[in-house]
Amino acid sequence: MKYVDEYRNKEIAQKILRQIKSISKKKINLMEVCGTHTVAIFRNGIREILPSNINLISGPGCPVCVTPISYIDEIIALSREEGFIITTFGDMIRVPGSTSSLEKKKADGADIRVVYSTLDALNIALNNPAKKIVFMGVGFETTSPTIASVILKAKEEKINNFSVLCVAKIMPPAMKSLLDAEEVNIDGFICPGHVSAIIGSNPYNFIASKYKIACVVCGFEPLDILQSIYMLVKQIEEGEVKVEIQYKRVVKPEGNKIALEKLNKVFKIVDSNWRGIGNIPKSGLEIRNEYNQFNSRKFKVKIEETKEFAGCRCGEVLRGIIIPPECPLFGKICTPEDPKGACMVSSEGTCSAYYKYN
Amino acid sequence: MCLAIPGKVKKIFDDHTAEIEIGGIVKNASLDLIPQVTVGDYVLLHAGFAIEVIDQEKALEIFRAWEGKLD
Repeated sequence: MKYVDEYRNKEIAQKILRQIKSISKKKINLMEVCGTHTVAIFRNGIREILPSNINLISGPGCPVCVTPISYIDEIIALSREEGFIITTFGDMIRVPGSTSSLEKKKADGADIRVVYSTLDALNIALNNPAKKIVFMGVGFETTSPTIASVILKAKEEKINNFSVLCVAKIMPPAMKSLLDAEEVNIDGFICPGHVSAIIGSNPYNFIASKYKIACVVCGFEPLDILQSIYMLVKQIEEGEVKVEIQYKRVVKPEGNKIALEKLNKVFKIVDSNWRGIGNIPKSGLEIRNEYNQFNSRKFKVKIEETKEFAGCRCGEVLRGIIIPPECPLFGKICTPEDPKGACMVSSEGTCSAYYKYN
Repeated sequence: MCLAIPGKVKKIFDDHTAEIEIGGIVKNASLDLIPQVTVGDYVLLHAGFAIEVIDQEKALEIFRAWEGKLD
């Protein structure tokens, strides 16, 4: 077992699909809230093979897409300061801010470095003691423990020239907010597998018990996705909604306790602004006061006034209200080569996935 | 951004890092988030960190459920 190819078995996929077709009667909307799922669904052509009464909707599941433009402007402002090195995951570098992007600033000569891991950012700090290193801390619960881990390491090893601009977000409150807004009719959630590796499946219990919406925590290979859709359809058809884990080889109901302890040690939960959605109560992470020396907010910089690109409808795409081709910019003046909105920049953005695979 | 890839733990070092093999390529990763891991385990690798151990028994459930199932 390599835990990859085995889950791409064609015969089993056909079997699951036949079962889905045989039990599925109702017209339903299933939302995937993870950008990695969005891409996996497109790449494997899953939309096309499902019966037409099962509609898959993409939600707000890409951290790059939901990072407010003001944070991009803030990191750009820091990159203009003397003696700073900005470190970031590659996904963020092309995201347009109000008037610039990290990529453009890099071309202008700012010291901006793409890293694969938060540990690489910390190493840059170790190797450049005279510089101030800021990491753009974007991510959901899959990634935020890796940010917590390096902040703890920086404290332990007294690496005081390292700090984080924290934009980390929490997924279940965003799902609640979509349900409360009632802008889109959702019958079931394809819950994010790797977010759930950290938080477990228990944080979704309120969605099944209070909102009566089916939830299945799903893996990322074609068989995982098909089996999750089968489990959701079965719950909905039988009228017994609950939270189930399809991705049992990785996800436990209680999650990864060590990762959660680290998260809780370094961060506190705060209200947070999501690009295109607005403020969502208790949906973001902020660095606790004890770790203030590692919070880039200690640097006071002048940030330009926020300007969104006129006509961009990323907000409605992120809330599942429209599909990308309904945006007038899509594929015309907004393309992966020259993106105007964040959903086109990120490789896991819904617009980018539509552009690439449709 | 939530991509995580399965790999096999080949060596564990004293500083809580490990060599992890992914399809023939060996990468170093931190075990800070799953210190209980042992050599031979499969783990999920995300941005330089192993974030969870793959349960090898539960990984087979999907095949047991569907392989014998008649249409």
